Amino acid sequence: MNTTENHLIFERSRAGRSAVAQAPRAHATTAIPANLQRKSAPGLPAASELDVVRHYTRLSQKNFSIDTEFYPLGSCTMKYNPRACNSLAMLPGFLNRHPHAPASHSQGFLHTMFELQEMLKDVTGMKAVSLAPMAGAQGEYTGVAMIRAYHDARGDSERREIIVPDAAHGTNPATAIMCGYEVREIPTDASGDVNLEALKEAVGPQTAGIMLTNPSTVGVFERRISEIAKIVHDAGGLLYYDGANLNAILGKVRPGDMGFDVIHMNLHKTFSTPHGGGGPGSGAVGVGERLLPYLPVPHVIENGEGGYRFATETDYPETIGRLSAFAGNAGVLLRAYVYMRMLGREGMQRVSEFATLNANYLARELESAGFDLAYPERRATHEFIVTLKKQAKELGLTAGDVAKRLLDHGYHAPTTYFPLLVPECLLVEPTETESKETLDGFVEAMAAILEEAGRDIDTIKASPHNLPNRRFNEVAAAKALDVVYQEPSAEEGEPAPRTGTSG
Amino acid sequence: MPFIPHTEEDIRAMLDRIGADSIEDLFDEIPKELRAPALEKVPEGLNEMAISRLMQERAARDGMASNFIGAGAYEHHIPAAVWQIATRGEFYSAYTPYQAEASQGTLQLIYEYQTMISRLTGMEASNASLYDGASALAEAVLMAVRVNRRSKSKKVLVPGALHPDYRRVIHTLIGNQGIELVEIPFDETSGQTPLEALAPFADDDVTAMIITQPNFFGILEDVDALTGWAEQREIPVIAVVNPVSLALLKPPGEWGENGVDIVVGEGQPLGAPLSSGGPYFGFMTTRKKHIRQMPGRIVGRAEDADGKPGYVLTLQAREQHIRRSKATSNICTNQGLVVTAATIHMSMLGDEGLTRVAEACYANTHALVEKLAAKGIKPRFTGEYFHEVALDFGGDAASRVQAMADAGVLAGYQLGRDYAQLDGCVLACATETKTDADLEQYVTTCEQAKAA
Repeated sequence: MNTTENHLIFERSRAGRSAVAQAPRAHATTAIPANLQRKSAPGLPAASELDVVRHYTRLSQKNFSIDTEFYPLGSCTMKYNPRACNSLAMLPGFLNRHPHAPASHSQGFLHTMFELQEMLKDVTGMKAVSLAPMAGAQGEYTGVAMIRAYHDARGDSERREIIVPDAAHGTNPATAIMCGYEVREIPTDASGDVNLEALKEAVGPQTAGIMLTNPSTVGVFERRISEIAKIVHDAGGLLYYDGANLNAILGKVRPGDMGFDVIHMNLHKTFSTPHGGGGPGSGAVGVGERLLPYLPVPHVIENGEGGYRFATETDYPETIGRLSAFAGNAGVLLRAYVYMRMLGREGMQRVSEFATLNANYLARELESAGFDLAYPERRATHEFIVTLKKQAKELGLTAGDVAKRLLDHGYHAPTTYFPLLVPECLLVEPTETESKETLDGFVEAMAAILEEAGRDIDTIKASPHNLPNRRFNEVAAAKALDVVYQEPSAEEGEPAPRTGTSG
Repeated sequence: MPFIPHTEEDIRAMLDRIGADSIEDLFDEIPKELRAPALEKVPEGLNEMAISRLMQERAARDGMASNFIGAGAYEHHIPAAVWQIATRGEFYSAYTPYQAEASQGTLQLIYEYQTMISRLTGMEASNASLYDGASALAEAVLMAVRVNRRSKSKKVLVPGALHPDYRRVIHTLIGNQGIELVEIPFDETSGQTPLEALAPFADDDVTAMIITQPNFFGILEDVDALTGWAEQREIPVIAVVNPVSLALLKPPGEWGENGVDIVVGEGQPLGAPLSSGGPYFGFMTTRKKHIRQMPGRIVGRAEDADGKPGYVLTLQAREQHIRRSKATSNICTNQGLVVTAATIHMSMLGDEGLTRVAEACYANTHALVEKLAAKGIKPRFTGEYFHEVALDFGGDAASRVQAMADAGVLAGYQLGRDYAQLDGCVLACATETKTDADLEQYVTTCEQAKAA
C-alpha cells in the first residue's frame, strides 16, 4: 500500500482511455441548435475503471474514520454506524423509488417514514415531527422560521430578538440572522449553566425566543431548564432545542417535557446514519402544540384508508413551506429507522446510559492523568471539556498541539477550541459504542503526550509525524487560493490555463 | 446489548472509578420531575435478521415499475464501483475534514470534485456542495444579493419555467430577508422564456436574475440572449442547470458575452440513486472574484511544514463556526458522501461516457415522442427540448397516468399540479436506462389506459 503518493485523478488521466463498460452505446448526434451546444469537452478524467477504483480506494485510506480509529470528536457523536442501516436503506426497492412516484407505489416507504415520525415523537416528547430538513442547520432554520411564523400570525411582529447563550454552536446565531432576527448573547455562569440573571434581563417584548442545547455545549445538563422555560414563556418568547446533544438524554428526559416548543434532531449523530465525511445529514424537527400549523411539508400522514400519504400545503395552509425539491434526505431517514428498530425501546435508554458512563469514566481517568476538567464539580453528560490552560502556560502545550500529536498515536482529535468560552479546550465525546480498552488506550496516549511535553515540546509542536502530511500552512493557502486544478502546460510544467472550454 | 461492548465487569470497574453506585446515579443532575416516561411508540428491538426481513418486505411493496418521471430527479445507470467505494468505512464513517492531516482522502476528493464541477459548468471555483438543487438556488440568491452591492432593490427575476418546488423552496428559505421574487412568464407556445417577457424590467433596479437550462419543461432556453440582456444592465445571473445536459450544452461560463456569475443545480444525476428524493447534493460554482461571498465549505490546495502539497478547508472565515452571526450562511454539514459518489461517478464516465449518457437520454426521449405522436399524443410546446418533454394527454390525464402506473409504467409528472393552464400535460423523461422495449411498453400502456 502506498498512501504517501498523492497524484490527482487528472494526473492519472491519459487521452483516449476510459471506463468503456460504463458508457451506453453511441447514438446519432442530436439536433440541438449549434448556438446552444458545447464546443469542447469538459475535461473530466480519462481513466480506466481500475484506475478509478484504485485511486479512490487509496484516497479513502488517507482518512481517519470511526471504522478505523477512535474518533472522540465532541458534539459530533461519532458512534459506530451499523452496516445493516446502510445495506437495508440501499435495497433496490428503496433506491429506485422516484420521489414523485404515486402513493399507490409508495406505501412501503411512506409506512416506514410514518413510523419513524412516531418513534421520534416518542423519544422527544413532541406533538408532531417533520422529516423534511436535510441537515441540522436546516432544521435550525426550520425551527426559528416556525417561531417567526407563530409570532407573525398573532400580529406580534415586534419581537426581533433571538437569545443565544455564548456557548452555543455557531449555527445558532447564523440561523437566527437568516430568519431575519437579531441575536442577543447571554453568558454562561461559572458552573456551566445559563446565567439566569442575565437571561431575566435579556427577555422582554422584543424576545422572539431562545435557542438552547441541553445538555449544553460545555457538557453539563442545564439543571434549571424549567425555570428558563418559564422566564422565556412569560416574556412571550418560545424555546428552541438544538438536538446536537440528544445522545446524552435519549430515553431519560425529553425536550418536550422540559418545555421546548420546537426541536431539531441530528439523525446523523444520535441515530447513527452516518456522517459521511460531512453529510448527508438529517435535521428532522419536532414541534409542540403551538407550532403545529407551521410544520414544513411534506411530511407523512395517514390517508384515512389504512394507508399513508404526504401532507402538502393544502393540508397545512400555514406551513412555513418546503425546504427541498422533494422530501428531504430519504435515504438518511431509512438508515435512522433501521437503527431505531434494531435498538428498540430498551436500546434507546442504553444509548444515553453508556454514552454517559463512558464520558464520566474517561473524564475521571484523564483527571488522574494530570489533565484539568473545565467543570470538575459537575457530572459529565455524554461529553466533557478538558482545558489545557495550565499546560499552555507552563509547557507551551496547546489544545491544538494535543490534537495533532494524538493523530500520531492513532486517535482522532477531540473537538478543539469549542466552545469558545473555555480557553485551550478539548471537547471529548467517546460515545456508547467504544469499549473500556479503547478508552484506556486513549488515556495512555494523552498521558504520554503530557509526559513528552515536559521534556520535548518541539517534537509535539512539529506533529503529526506519522501521517501523509505534516501541519499545513492554512494562512498561505487562503492567500494563494487554489481551489480548482489547472493542467500544467506541456513544456514548462508551469500551471497554465487548461485547454478545452474557455470558461 | 446491540452495539454496546461493555461487560458486567467493565461496568463495575468503570462505576467504581467514577465513584457511582449505578449508571442511574450518573443522571442525578436531571431534576426528578423531568424524567421521561417509558417509551410507547418504539417497539422492542429487532436483530439484524428480523429487520432485514421487514425492510425487504417494505422495499418490495413499492414495486419496480418502469419509471419515466423526471421533474428534477433522473434515473441513470450508476457504475457498481461508485457506491461500493463511497461506502467504504473510511469515507462513510468519517466526519467533516476539520483535522486536515487525518482527512486527506476526503479533502483531495473534494478538490477533485470542485475541479470537475467547475469544468463542467465552465466556471472558476466551486464549493464542497450544498443540500440539494433547490436549497442551493436559495443560497445563490442570497449570494447574488451580497455580490450586487450596487443594487438597492433586492429584486430577483425568477422564471415561471423554473421547477415549481425550487420556487417554493426559495420562498421558504429567503422569505425572511426582504427579497422580492418577481416571476417572468414563459411563452405558452414554445415553452421558452422569451426576451420580451423581460421588457417590463428593462429600466428597473434588478438585483439578480435566474436562468434555467433546460427549463422545468425540458425546453432549451436562448441562454445567450437572456444572459446578454442581464449583462447590458450589469445584473448578476444565476444559472440553474442539469449537469448531465452540460456534456452537450454550452456551459454557463460561456453564456452571453462573459458568462454567468453563479451556477447551481441538482447533482443527483451524477451518481445518486432516485432514493425517494434524497440524499442528493446541490452544486454551486462561481467566478473567482465572488468566492468570498460563496456559502459552504471550500477545499484549497496547501503546503505542509515539509513543503509537501495537500488539501485543507480554506476561507473558513466565511463560515458559521468562525463568523457566527456574520457568516455567509448557517450551513455546516453538507452532502459529503453523495459528493464522494459523484466524484467517482464522473471519473468513471469521463467526457466520453457522460456525453454518451446525455446523447442516449436525448435520443430516447425524442424516440418516445415520435412513437407517441404516431398515436396522437403530441408535445405541448414547440421549443427544442433535451431529455424531458411535456406531453399533452388531454382531459383524462390523471386517471390515465394512474392506470398506466397500475400497469407498471410511471408515465411522468402531472403539470396541472403547478400550472393550471397545463392541466392534462404530463412531463416525461426517458433516460439512457430505457430500452426500445421500455419505450414500446410506455406507448402500449398509454393506449390501453385510454381505452380503459
